[in-house]
Amino acid sequence: MNVPFEKVLEKKESYFKYLRLDKLPTIWCPGCGIGQALKATCMALYDLGIDNDQVAMVSGIGCSSRTPGYFDGFTLHTTHGRALAFATGLKLFKPELTTIVFTGDGDCFAIGGNHFIHAARRNIDVTVVMINNWIYGMTHGQVSPTTPLGSQTTTTPGGNYEPNFDVAELAKAAGATYVARGTAYHVTELKKLIQDGIKHKGFSFIEVLSPCTIIYGRKNRMTFEEMYMWLKENTIPVKAWEKLPEEKRAGKLPRGVLYHDDSRPEYTEVYWNRVKQLSGGEK
Amino acid sequence: MAKLEIKYGNHACAEAAILAGCRFYAGYPITPSSEIAERMAELLPRHGGAFIQMEDEIASMAAVVGASFAGAKAMTATSGPGFSLKQENLGYAFMVEAPCVVVNVQRGGPSTGLPTQIGQQEIMQSLWGTHGDKLIPVFYPGNVQEIMEETIRAFNWAERLRTPVVLLLDEVLGHMRETVDMEQFTPDKVEIWNRKMPDVPPEEYLPYKPGEDDVPAIAPYGTPGYRGHATGLHHDYTGFPTTNPEMCEELIERLIRKVKRNQPEMEKNEEYKLDDAEVAIVAFGTTARAAKTAVDMAREKGIKAGLLRVVTIWPSPEETLNKLAKHVNAILVPELNMGQYVLEVERCARGEAPVYRLNRANGKVIYPSEILSKLEEIAKARV
Repeated sequence: MNVPFEKVLEKKESYFKYLRLDKLPTIWCPGCGIGQALKATCMALYDLGIDNDQVAMVSGIGCSSRTPGYFDGFTLHTTHGRALAFATGLKLFKPELTTIVFTGDGDCFAIGGNHFIHAARRNIDVTVVMINNWIYGMTHGQVSPTTPLGSQTTTTPGGNYEPNFDVAELAKAAGATYVARGTAYHVTELKKLIQDGIKHKGFSFIEVLSPCTIIYGRKNRMTFEEMYMWLKENTIPVKAWEKLPEEKRAGKLPRGVLYHDDSRPEYTEVYWNRVKQLSGGEK
Repeated sequence: MAKLEIKYGNHACAEAAILAGCRFYAGYPITPSSEIAERMAELLPRHGGAFIQMEDEIASMAAVVGASFAGAKAMTATSGPGFSLKQENLGYAFMVEAPCVVVNVQRGGPSTGLPTQIGQQEIMQSLWGTHGDKLIPVFYPGNVQEIMEETIRAFNWAERLRTPVVLLLDEVLGHMRETVDMEQFTPDKVEIWNRKMPDVPPEEYLPYKPGEDDVPAIAPYGTPGYRGHATGLHHDYTGFPTTNPEMCEELIERLIRKVKRNQPEMEKNEEYKLDDAEVAIVAFGTTARAAKTAVDMAREKGIKAGLLRVVTIWPSPEETLNKLAKHVNAILVPELNMGQYVLEVERCARGEAPVYRLNRANGKVIYPSEILSKLEEIAKARV
């Protein structure tokens, strides 16, 4: 099962061009799904033919927010929860840059919740890859806004008693025009979801269900294999999900593109069109 | 020839920002600074720049840093509570060396305090508000003409040193209408400094490798070939995190040194009747206006008073203050807080002269007559 790291690099995959190979291996724990999301993102960019020099990646704080360090583009590792606010400034001033935000459930929906709903409301052309691992991993296992009821965390001894967010519904309600859910188990599908998110002109949100094997898994007595099998067995392609009777949906989640609306104008386009009318568009 | 115009303080700040090359503004409504945002919302689109009202103060500071990394000369303006909220990202801007200007139109504090009234209570917070050590330039003009000058100077130093610069105003300055001579602000007369760009090919590019001036040449994001990484973590020349104690020490020392070493060039004071003064007033902003009148009133009564109006309040004019203390019998520091800059004046005086205080933090200005009474009291005791 353990492939030596040097062997992985020897494969010289096409998407490696988006990685800062000298920074590898990553800091992530064995079995963590963030690497899959990074790989899916790189493969998506490759297939879209977007050059490294055309991509900005912004993050906040947490395990997922370490992603930009491994990504060979214009990368900004900012403060906790604020990635989308930094990205908004960057994207508004340089709309020509494909802007991707890597974030996690705590970063995006607890400390950064306000920035999330407002970036979605503006429909700014940023692609958010949100690693949902149901826990604060970097700080070793505190409850997050997506921790399932009853889960063990270090700050909910005896099990989580706080209701959690359905983040995809939240994104949609806030105004996101592309909402998808993928998993670290279904990497090929995840690549397609991220690819469509990047292609979409507007605010794209991709929730990536991603096992935190060492912190969440250990606390909740789930092995690496069990966590990945859980993703396989409890997520259902959205088309099949739609046909599923209500009683069979309990405990399961739909996967795929959950919402897509191309009709709403994108924020930076609206803004710079106004500028063009007023000034001739010179910076 | 003079080109006189009546200008509103906050509007003058916005207009000068445009002159300085500001092309990005992010802000959040707060009294008494909102007119800066409102003016920028009108001006920026006409000058091909970006204006955005963000969802909160924290986001405004973040967006400014994001735009700065994209190459923009960027600004935000706020007041007391908003300035507190911006502190973490202000510290981030200092750490990642993002040039930007943060205007704080001071009102009465603490907390929500006195939103529509004057205060000078962020003298220390401007420098020490964020966690961790920092040294950034802080400028505090004293009239509307000078609001324009200092706004331009704030942008210039921000760009030259790749640092956030805080521009302090106060409610009275921000909401004051005063005559400005626009002659010095015709575009060909305004001196503009821009951030330096890397002078090495992409393969040799190290974004955080400083030049001899201690300032790194970080390429704007989107410059082909000059990709890089920035983080609030301690980092090495590549911009990537490090915990190597030598590198961390080098970084924090350089960040402070790059500002400190430019203190002599950055220093800006106005001296008023100091030559033969026996009692000196050290003041800034609106309080310095009252102090100037008080100097004249005192001289009419035979008290040889003078004024040192400090414009670059940080880094402080350490040597100038020390010389002043040696030259006079006493120093008076009137300020609209419970005693902040007086601590710095005492430190710099190094016991050469006693330093007296006149403090108020109730939303009202200090009147010239009150400064005069204090001068009379001091003169009786010391002169």
